Amino acid sequence: MRALEPWVVEPLQTFLAESSARLILLMTTSGQVIAQHGFARSFEVMTAAALGSAIVASTEELARQMGAPRFGAVVHGGNRQSCMLAAFATPRGRWIGLVVFGPETSVGLVQLFFDQMVEQLVGAAPRETAAPPLVAENFERELNASLKELFGR
Amino acid sequence: MSPANTALERVTQVPGVRGSLLISATDGLVVAERLMDGIDGRAIAALAGSLVQRLGRATQGAGMRIPTFVHLRGNAGSVLAASGRNDLVLVALAGVDANLGLARLEMLDAVGSLT
Repeated sequence: MRALEPWVVEPLQTFLAESSARLILLMTTSGQVIAQHGFARSFEVMTAAALGSAIVASTEELARQMGAPRFGAVVHGGNRQSCMLAAFATPRGRWIGLVVFGPETSVGLVQLFFDQMVEQLVGAAPRETAAPPLVAENFERELNASLKELFGR
Repeated sequence: MSPANTALERVTQVPGVRGSLLISATDGLVVAERLMDGIDGRAIAALAGSLVQRLGRATQGAGMRIPTFVHLRGNAGSVLAASGRNDLVLVALAGVDANLGLARLEMLDAVGSLT
């Protein structure tokens, strides 16, 4: 488990223990990584964060086009492993969770404990003003800095 | 009325039964539900689905057949689960005063009638 903010560690560890998920990545909607568990290389995290935030942006726009409220979660079911992607509001802004899980658990359990994790994160978040939105020229520097922090290189 | 709702209605009519759900065991998701207010069907589906799946694996590992009926008894009531075809499981929540024998009969009959 590696996290940029120490207060996210406990809710994440509880989620992983309860849900039996294999991987989790917490990021902002702009793709900045907050915490991860299970990823071995920074390249994998960078790719997953970029794709995850893009998918959430696409589904939210799709919902807007359909005149519907935001989708709660996107689940891609597979035989050997599945993936759930869900965005949620926190006092620190809107975050995204990407969870990969196998047949040893179920989408129902993952969703149930993910929702509990979100409640814990919202409760544990320090009540400070949210960080200013990233601007394009800072994005790559911020991303590299967070990856360096998470992987120590 | 759909076959699923018919099955749920039969079970919830048993005295002492507080609600029933039809769930997908593998996914742990609700297919249909008939529950009293304040009961979280999503949580029951996820946890009961996991319970049925794990018990199935445990009994298979022990060289026995997969259980057709599960009765989880607690201080405040019971959770009953009857496995059907196509990964469906009929789950009922029963109070301590429930007629469990009748509930079991109704559940096994109802789940057998689901395709």
